[in-house]
Amino acid sequence: MRKYTPKDNVQKKSYYTDRFYVVPRVPRSEVQSGSHFADVVNSLKKFVRESYVELGQLIIHIKSTDNIKVLEILKDKCGYNVCSELSAVDYLARDGEFEVFYQMLNMSEAKRVRVVTRIKKDEAIESVVCLYKSANFSEREMYDMFGIVVNNHPYLKRILMPDDWVGHPLLKTYPLQGDEAASWYEVDKIFGKEYRDVIGPENRDPAKIDRYDTKRFSRVGYEVPFGADISDGEKENDIEYSKAPLVDYTKSQKQLDKRK
Amino acid sequence: MQQTNKLTPFFENLNFERNDNTMVINLGPQHPSAHGQLRLVLELDGEKVVKAYPDIGYLHRGIEKMAENMTYNEFLPTTDRLDYIASTSNNYAYAHAVEQLLGIEIPERAQVIRTMLLEVNRIISHLFFLATHALDVGAMSIFLYAFREREFGMDLMEEYCGARLTHSAVRIGGVPLDLPKGWTQELLKWCDTVEYELANTYEKLLNENRIWKMRLEDVGVISAEEAQSWGCSGPMLRGSGVQYDIRKEEPYELYSKLEFDIPVSDRCDSYGRYRLYMEEMKESIKILRQLVPMYDKTAPQLMAHAPQYISAPKEEIMTQNYALMQHFVLVTQGMRPPKGEVYAPTESPKGELGFYIKSEGEPYAYRLKCRAPSFFHTGLLQEMLVGAYIADVVTIIGSTNIVFGEVDR
Repeated sequence: MRKYTPKDNVQKKSYYTDRFYVVPRVPRSEVQSGSHFADVVNSLKKFVRESYVELGQLIIHIKSTDNIKVLEILKDKCGYNVCSELSAVDYLARDGEFEVFYQMLNMSEAKRVRVVTRIKKDEAIESVVCLYKSANFSEREMYDMFGIVVNNHPYLKRILMPDDWVGHPLLKTYPLQGDEAASWYEVDKIFGKEYRDVIGPENRDPAKIDRYDTKRFSRVGYEVPFGADISDGEKENDIEYSKAPLVDYTKSQKQLDKRK
Repeated sequence: MQQTNKLTPFFENLNFERNDNTMVINLGPQHPSAHGQLRLVLELDGEKVVKAYPDIGYLHRGIEKMAENMTYNEFLPTTDRLDYIASTSNNYAYAHAVEQLLGIEIPERAQVIRTMLLEVNRIISHLFFLATHALDVGAMSIFLYAFREREFGMDLMEEYCGARLTHSAVRIGGVPLDLPKGWTQELLKWCDTVEYELANTYEKLLNENRIWKMRLEDVGVISAEEAQSWGCSGPMLRGSGVQYDIRKEEPYELYSKLEFDIPVSDRCDSYGRYRLYMEEMKESIKILRQLVPMYDKTAPQLMAHAPQYISAPKEEIMTQNYALMQHFVLVTQGMRPPKGEVYAPTESPKGELGFYIKSEGEPYAYRLKCRAPSFFHTGLLQEMLVGAYIADVVTIIGSTNIVFGEVDR
């Protein structure tokens, strides 16, 4: 029976699976009372759903609608005045949700907090550009890569991919080599959609190397006439190497320096 | 809105012909001073920039997507292509994040070698900044002088790992090779040369140079609050008077054991940043000189001992059956780190380079996000360029020291 490959996650998967292997988890620890992180959790008390310390950084889970309020408190009361990164993780296949995280930095304490929230597939999230200008480009990238709409963003537009790109590349449903629209992108853009039939899938990518194309490629030792059909394989030819040496050391070289 | 067809392409609703005094010009993506594939759309009033719109993505290769489809060790050479001016710092940042996830201890010799390579890369990158920045502003000879020393630094890297630009000189769990014989002596000689050239050539030519000062002073001004809000890091942040260096504040590798200063400038302009780069090179030389005696004292182990994640040394693989089996599993399947997430920041020559990795216990990362400093510095351009003269635009781009390999990823 053919192995079932799920359509909602087309990324590469491990070929070897062990049913009895229990994946260990990176140790998480409670927030120690009296520490800096405890103060942070206390000042955010009514918003925090879950908080723990993982690899030296505090992780706070919040509701997606509270993100502005939480970051505002973090910025004004806890001194987290840098939002060093913001992005999302695609959990659509498993939970039907995106995980959005904000990586915050407190420069005076040299501490980092990650604010994590979850949003449903078609939900939008509020922009935090009013608090951190660095979110401007990051949120655009998140929109570009995942299709997460950010409300009240000053200029929400694709950033890395072209404006007329179809699909959002970092989704788990998007294949690594690109989807159907991606493979026709140049043809659509230069000639128009109606030329898809004229050009055909075999010519849409000028850099594509076709093993059976004898007009442009030949294999050394398997040369055939121009344009021959080799779908049934080709005959092996003996390779004849030139016997003439590239540099003939038996002849005396010209003595250039004698001219001086 | 334009009518778009094949003869009049569509440019994001931009109307290049205006009836008022402003003019819209398009700089890049193929421009010698755009430091790669930066496209800037500038709205000018006379010679002043009224509005700037940085357009990026011309070098987008989907590195984060590739990371989700590669095992952890497979992905490491890809990180070379992020900041290709100092590729070891990317290799290190990635390896460091994975090591945090695995929770493994790095042998001391590997730590010394890594720190050495990181600092050599920092000097190489800063020399490149100096060369290209000066060339952009119009100082041709500095470009040639700085590239000469940079070539010697790249020779050192070549002697260590065989590559000049794409080093891949760090592995997850340590370094692949020990230093070649006599490498440290070569390194010290290079340090002397760079130090001499810094003091006697570059600084003497530029520091009090009237043209250089006129072109750089009060150009590209960014206040401390703005720099923090825009997520600036590295010299862009320290050039605005915020003393924050990840090597000092959140030390990794051997930086907590080394003595070095963090230069800061409160000038907030391009000239301050230029001085900062020069001082940072001097500090890097100081660090390298401390590392050479440390290297001699370490035991020769190069890779961490964590049989579950990292292959044993070659002698063990060739002599012991179990080590061979584990090596085979690690090569064919790839390592499976524990479930969890990590964000590990490092101080690359450009600023805070961090990798966020989400692992679900598979040999492939579930999500990898590369926090590249240049990405945020490019975002800053839309505010920093406003009010500048068109002649200063190139100075400001050069002063932000952005590299498009890591902006577009």
